[in-house]
Amino acid sequence: MIATNYAIPDFVIFATSTILILVGALGVITLKNPVHAALSLIMTLFGVAVAFVAQSADFLAAAQIIVYAGAIVVLFLFVIMFLGVGYGSKSDVEPLVGQRGFAIAGVVITIGGLIALMASSHWVTGATSVTGPLAKGQGNVKQLGTAVFTTYLYAFEATSLLLVIAVVGAVLLARRERATTREATDETSDEEVGS
Amino acid sequence: MNVPAAWYLVVAALLFGIGAFGLLTRRSALIMFMCLELMLNAANLTFVTFSRTMSDIAGQASVFFVMVVAAAEVTVGLGIVVAVFRRRSSTSVDDLTELKG
Repeated sequence: MIATNYAIPDFVIFATSTILILVGALGVITLKNPVHAALSLIMTLFGVAVAFVAQSADFLAAAQIIVYAGAIVVLFLFVIMFLGVGYGSKSDVEPLVGQRGFAIAGVVITIGGLIALMASSHWVTGATSVTGPLAKGQGNVKQLGTAVFTTYLYAFEATSLLLVIAVVGAVLLARRERATTREATDETSDEEVGS
Repeated sequence: MNVPAAWYLVVAALLFGIGAFGLLTRRSALIMFMCLELMLNAANLTFVTFSRTMSDIAGQASVFFVMVVAAAEVTVGLGIVVAVFRRRSSTSVDDLTELKG
């Protein structure tokens, strides 16, 4: 484990992950080129993975890298290059007047209220777990596996169904039909509805 | 010991705010999906922080399921983006004004 009893390394890890997270996130929302934005997203995801490791969520850190940075961002990059989306799609134009100002105001109010609410309620309240406390300092992959395959077994099975539905839906959406065939079927269906 | 949980919560809140701002202001549907990922990651970071503080594995299990749902959401979302791009030759959400009265 990386986390030790010393405060200084923990703080360094925290600062590193914070810098990675915030710089990457700002890159996502400011960079014009979608490819650069996707690479900034990888930076943020990596920072979150560092934060996971620092909080002894080892399996989730690995899954974060493998699933997010390895699969989801690659999917993003694949779609960007498949579509050939170029630079800045009119991101400077403001179709709604004052949209950016309202967005800033709304986000600042929300985040400020959230932080103020947490600070006024001593950040973390509630009773710690008594049934299965986390193993200290030796990782908890085994505990997570036990929880997922016993307590959350039905949810786990439901996610498999969800993924199958998502894959079938994505194939159906992205499938390229022949225009003539589609028009023919549309006409027949219209006639059936009409008659 | 570890740094206080409050710091991680503040970082997660900031990350959520940045993602929300990007979602509200960017035009490209692809970038908006990336901002959605930022917001989901902020929620995940909060889950893990509370899991550590409360010493309860349920938070980490929740993150596991959030990751699965995020993967499914991105798959379907990008499929929709590809389908829209085939019709409109654009991923800008401002061009989708067919229902405008």
